Amino acid sequence: MSTPTEALNFEAPQMGSRALWLRQVGAILRLEVRKNFMGKRAILLYLIAAFPVLLMAALSVELGSRVGSPGNIGEANIIFANLYEGLILRTIVFFGCAWTFMNLFRGEVVDRSLHYYFLAPVRREVLVFGKYFSGIVATMILFTITTAGSLMFLYIGLGSSGMGYLGNGPGKGQALAYLGITWLACVGYGAVFLVIGLFFRNPMIPALLAYGWEFINFLLPPVLKKISVIHYLHSLAPVPVPEGPFAMVAEPTPAYLSIPGLLIFTAVVLALASYRIRRMQITYGGE
Amino acid sequence: MDKLSDHLIVFEDVSKFYGEILGVNRVTLSIEPGITSLVGPNGSGKTTLMNLMTGLIQPTRGRVTVLDYRADHPELFFRKVGYCSQFDSFPAGLTGFEFIRSYLLVHGYTKQQAQDLAWRALHRVDLIEAAHRKVAAYSKGMRQRIRLAQAIAHGPSVMILDEPLNGLDPMARSETIRLFRQLAAEGLHLIISSHILHEVDMMSDRVILLNNGYVVAEGDIRGVRDEMEEHPMQILIRCDRPGVLAARVFEQDSVVEARIHKDRHGLFIKTRDADAFYLLLNRVVLDDGLNVESVSPVDDNLDAVYQYLIGSSGEAA
Repeated sequence: MSTPTEALNFEAPQMGSRALWLRQVGAILRLEVRKNFMGKRAILLYLIAAFPVLLMAALSVELGSRVGSPGNIGEANIIFANLYEGLILRTIVFFGCAWTFMNLFRGEVVDRSLHYYFLAPVRREVLVFGKYFSGIVATMILFTITTAGSLMFLYIGLGSSGMGYLGNGPGKGQALAYLGITWLACVGYGAVFLVIGLFFRNPMIPALLAYGWEFINFLLPPVLKKISVIHYLHSLAPVPVPEGPFAMVAEPTPAYLSIPGLLIFTAVVLALASYRIRRMQITYGGE
Repeated sequence: MDKLSDHLIVFEDVSKFYGEILGVNRVTLSIEPGITSLVGPNGSGKTTLMNLMTGLIQPTRGRVTVLDYRADHPELFFRKVGYCSQFDSFPAGLTGFEFIRSYLLVHGYTKQQAQDLAWRALHRVDLIEAAHRKVAAYSKGMRQRIRLAQAIAHGPSVMILDEPLNGLDPMARSETIRLFRQLAAEGLHLIISSHILHEVDMMSDRVILLNNGYVVAEGDIRGVRDEMEEHPMQILIRCDRPGVLAARVFEQDSVVEARIHKDRHGLFIKTRDADAFYLLLNRVVLDDGLNVESVSPVDDNLDAVYQYLIGSSGEAA
């Protein structure tokens, strides 16, 4: 072991400045994005994200033969709307976000590596935001590919008319709307699962309860519907999906309310996460 | 003007309970710069004290300050403090260099600064050659050293080291102790827990002995030993005429036992006042021409203090 050979007299980073916080968020983001994409837990995320794309690829030939005429693009839109809301949004994005965001803190507790962050001169709120943004980056990239890939395979099955509809026609706006809903889902579900991962030792149980709550959302009275993420996302769907004969009908929330509403909800949940993490103790042995 | 507490690690009536289980109870301490060792058996509260110092856990009662900073202001606190914990785990997939540099970037250093500091820390723990290998492929000793490097990389004023010598080979142990001594000489606080008593004895300026969550003694080893009046000091005097010395030592009331060594070239005594005995010994040498080869306190060390205070039933850990 060597003794110091030279002095490094760096100025310590200036405390409390926005520039420092941004730099720290950036450093946390780089570390976490790497873990989200390269860690062993990423494998399940890749499988989850790939499932609808592979499903659509397998079905595209069959769908193409059934709805292959230009006049059936409307039918394809309804098929995708149902597939998107039923499979991609409510299941794939939901569980993908659950897996990613719950593991941001819980995974590090299991791996016994969270203390390295807690022993750094970084505000714990900054840590919450750095980790949250890393989850947003990972899930947005993956589920953008999932959503876009599924759309592509469906409309490829319709031939040139389908590609034209998606590339230059009204399908382009719909595709952007679906992508927007996917991003908002990552933002909203991400915050919810981040906080669940901070509060619960076994977060799968509350995650399943949340899934149940989101799943039965169409049965809930209008007031309760609003305490969910899916209500706001459902309102934004470019192609309305009927909720069935047992649904409690509620006025869809317009986009100018649902988007800020979801963002405010996210901010409140992140504030709760910040409150929690300030009081968090590291006792791996007790986990 | 600097306050005294600006230079101390202070525990004020600190207790920590894990539910109903006692971690530490009513600990009041002021720790000065230098090397302070925490010693005690498993479950005595050493790691709890270290985790309290660094804010990884919060006290149930009382207050802990390090150089007058509190851990609930991490931006200030962890510029001054480095903690090499006992958790032998690392973020997956990183090399030694990436591990050190990544967390320096989290501190807020620029890329160039983080890189330079990381290399310096790796140099100090002699891990330059393994810098670009994955930490997961390191041996136990190398993992211990990379954790040490991570704790010292930002140049803290206070270093808290939980069993830092574990897993190191004898050469690395000796080099690490040398590094600790050097850092202490530079004015740093080093708080070290170790179960190897003779090494603690060798490197520590003072010790804190813990048992069942209580501080049972603190101070420098000799001072602690001197205060243990119920355990008379044991001294072995190697000399040519132990019988002459034995006849004289009972002039002192404080001498409670004298036994001639079986090779007839030494006297073993127990005394409650070692200083008075040494004065007497000087007189005997002058008066009777006693030829003294050596005088060695037998239980004036941490091992003995530990045995007396904590007992042989508690294995040091």
